[in-house]
Amino acid sequence: METLKEKTASTTQATTIRISGAEAVIRCLLEEGVNLVYGYPGGAIMPIYDELYKFSDHLHHVLTRHEQGATHAAQGFARVTGEVGVAMATSGPGATNLVTGLADAQIDSTPMVCITGQVARQLLGSDAFQETDIVGISTPVTKWNYQITKASEIPEIMAKAFYIARSGRPGPVLIDITKNAQFDELDFSYEKCNGIRSYKPKPEIDLSKISAAAEMINTAKRPMIVFGQGIILGQAEEELKAVVEKAGIPAAWTILGLSALESDHPLNVGMVGMHGNYAPNVLTNECDVLIALGMRFDDRVTGNLNTYARQAKVIHFEIDPAEIDKNVKTDIAVLGDVKETLELLLPLLEPNSHNNWLEEFKKKDAIEFDKVIKNDLFPEKEGLTMGEVLGQINRASNHEAVIVSDVGQHQMIACRYAKFRQSKSNITSGGLGTMGFALPAAIGAKMGAPDREVVAIIGDGGYQMTIQELGTIFQTRTPVKIVVLNNDFLGMVRQWQQLFFDKRYASTELTNPDFVTIAQGYNINARRVTKREDLAAAVDEMIASKEAYFLEVCVEKEDNVFPMIPSGASVSDIRLS
Amino acid sequence: MEKKTFTISVYSENNVGLLNRISGIFLKRHINIESLNVSESEIENVFRFVIVVHTTENWVKRIVGQLEKQIDVIRAFYHVDKETIYQESAIFKISSDLFFDEGQIETIIKDSNSSIVSVSRDFFVIAKTGRRSEIQELYDELQPFGIMQFVRSGRISVSKPQMKISSLLQEFQTITH
Ligand SMILES: Cc1ncc(C[n+]2csc(CCOP(=O)(O)OP(=O)(O)O)c2C)c(N)n1
Ligand SMILES: [Mg+2]
Repeated sequence: METLKEKTASTTQATTIRISGAEAVIRCLLEEGVNLVYGYPGGAIMPIYDELYKFSDHLHHVLTRHEQGATHAAQGFARVTGEVGVAMATSGPGATNLVTGLADAQIDSTPMVCITGQVARQLLGSDAFQETDIVGISTPVTKWNYQITKASEIPEIMAKAFYIARSGRPGPVLIDITKNAQFDELDFSYEKCNGIRSYKPKPEIDLSKISAAAEMINTAKRPMIVFGQGIILGQAEEELKAVVEKAGIPAAWTILGLSALESDHPLNVGMVGMHGNYAPNVLTNECDVLIALGMRFDDRVTGNLNTYARQAKVIHFEIDPAEIDKNVKTDIAVLGDVKETLELLLPLLEPNSHNNWLEEFKKKDAIEFDKVIKNDLFPEKEGLTMGEVLGQINRASNHEAVIVSDVGQHQMIACRYAKFRQSKSNITSGGLGTMGFALPAAIGAKMGAPDREVVAIIGDGGYQMTIQELGTIFQTRTPVKIVVLNNDFLGMVRQWQQLFFDKRYASTELTNPDFVTIAQGYNINARRVTKREDLAAAVDEMIASKEAYFLEVCVEKEDNVFPMIPSGASVSDIRLS
Repeated sequence: MEKKTFTISVYSENNVGLLNRISGIFLKRHINIESLNVSESEIENVFRFVIVVHTTENWVKRIVGQLEKQIDVIRAFYHVDKETIYQESAIFKISSDLFFDEGQIETIIKDSNSSIVSVSRDFFVIAKTGRRSEIQELYDELQPFGIMQFVRSGRISVSKPQMKISSLLQEFQTITH
């Protein structure tokens, strides 16, 4: 029998070998540098699972407890590593369970390849057992998708899938493989994809746009940067910092841009958007030049577009031409890979500092501190706040943790207060707002960054959407730290009901189970905190733990997240209470 | 912003599922497709969609941006009517009795520049190519006599400005080979 080493030797230069389609899929994954996949087996993908068994020394498969969990774990892995995450599922219900993760990865530009089994070619269209048109279903939520019906198509399509998922503006790709194509043999050789004639991952850079942008920035009196995830996806953190520092421009971030610039940087002025910071939101409507870097002017960022930055000239650095003028009309559009365009911009910028302008941020920060932050981080009332829990996690983890948050009030609190020194450290579902994202995403993040502390911050509602992934943690012994901020409410919805629906709390109160007992059922160390005096020690114990750890913190039930831009309002009408 | 008629031309690879992906872009934005035609183009193995929509220029720009973003789309363009030469085709099936009993029909056919493509004992078939309004005119004239069947194609059009697909594809060839 050939040794595994021979088995996985690169076939790139080698001549072709005769193997099954299922084995070809595995070899393609290895050729693409994949050694970890998440998934769930079933009839239509069994030939591939059989090969996973044979290749288990080289390709590690993590069995999640639900296919949605597999997608979010793959996303967590991708977000923390910058590599493509891979998830697998069987046909029919297995495939449809991937849809939420695909949609999440599509809107948050996460590189992911999903592989689904499909009924045999001759059964397509016959309503066969577990047949579903997953290519049709997933079309609007994938960057690309394809159904393979012949074994011989596998190498080329898989190469294309990885190229498309990771290049340009990244995104999810779904490859559906009929069962006959998994069983049939092909002459296998592998060549990586390095171009597709109908697809241009990066637009060409127009140097005149860069010099025009530089001139506009150099003459600006009150410039402001808003950066998004494009900085992280484009690995442009150093370039961003250099530009910010040289031109002395206050830089704010979108929720997905968080951690691209260290939290303590003197020119980091906080988060924009619905629950962002007071200063950058209000001053968006007072700056003279707004420089958008790798962000897409989401409505949660802009509030009412008719009153958004009307006074400002807008410069938009962006890789995706379809984003230009989509929501906000730009004066200068600088298309291209943001790492390259910022690198070209830097030498054209004049050293500057905008101290008076920066002072205005500080003044507004002081107002926010007094009205909001002080009460969140150093509360004087009896009940625990979500903010103080984040404060303790920051302290105990020394700003070094990867924070994976779910969706709701706790997410906004986590993103407002978590402190970072390192990029790719904030993982959250931004565009789709997928409750249930955090627990499986934290598993993927920890596997992608095993040397880092990974702390999931989850609400009592969202936790119960993917709570079964505790089984995955138990089985794989992945040492993630899980914090549930329990307010016995679907808090964010309750907040809206309080503010905009006269406190009619329709279906937002939760009668919760004993979360500690549940975690212990999975053999996970668990603790519940209800009093302030126990919090610091509990967080210390959690961070010190070498194993997975579950911490439930019972927080004030009806706290609200502020500041807040009510939907439809202007960024400058942000409310502090 | 004022709504206008735009002709969108999409050059693409010939892949199963692309039509679904393209129509989804309109569906997602709740924009109705007035007409759609898919055919081969002047380039081997490259397909051409001609899509007509009635919307604002803002929207058509965004749609073209989204179309171009699709992996299998080579390029997409939009034009207003005066930038294109466009036509539609229609065929009418009419009872043969009419042809012999109603002398006017022959005049209508002649005046409308349409042609008779088939004649049989029971019915005859008239074909007409032209602008939508010309086809409509013929329809209105024939309708009182009774039309057995009527069908009109989507718009086909060529643009007056160049679209430069061949050079784009050539460029790709030279980069990768
Ligand atoms: C899958 C899904 N369903 C519904 C929502 C709408 N939603 C947004 S926040 C929220 C409440 C979340 O409650 P919880 O997880 O307890 O977090 P909290 O706001 O209390 O911190 C809901 C229901 C959503 N974002 N995702
Ligand atoms: Mg809650």
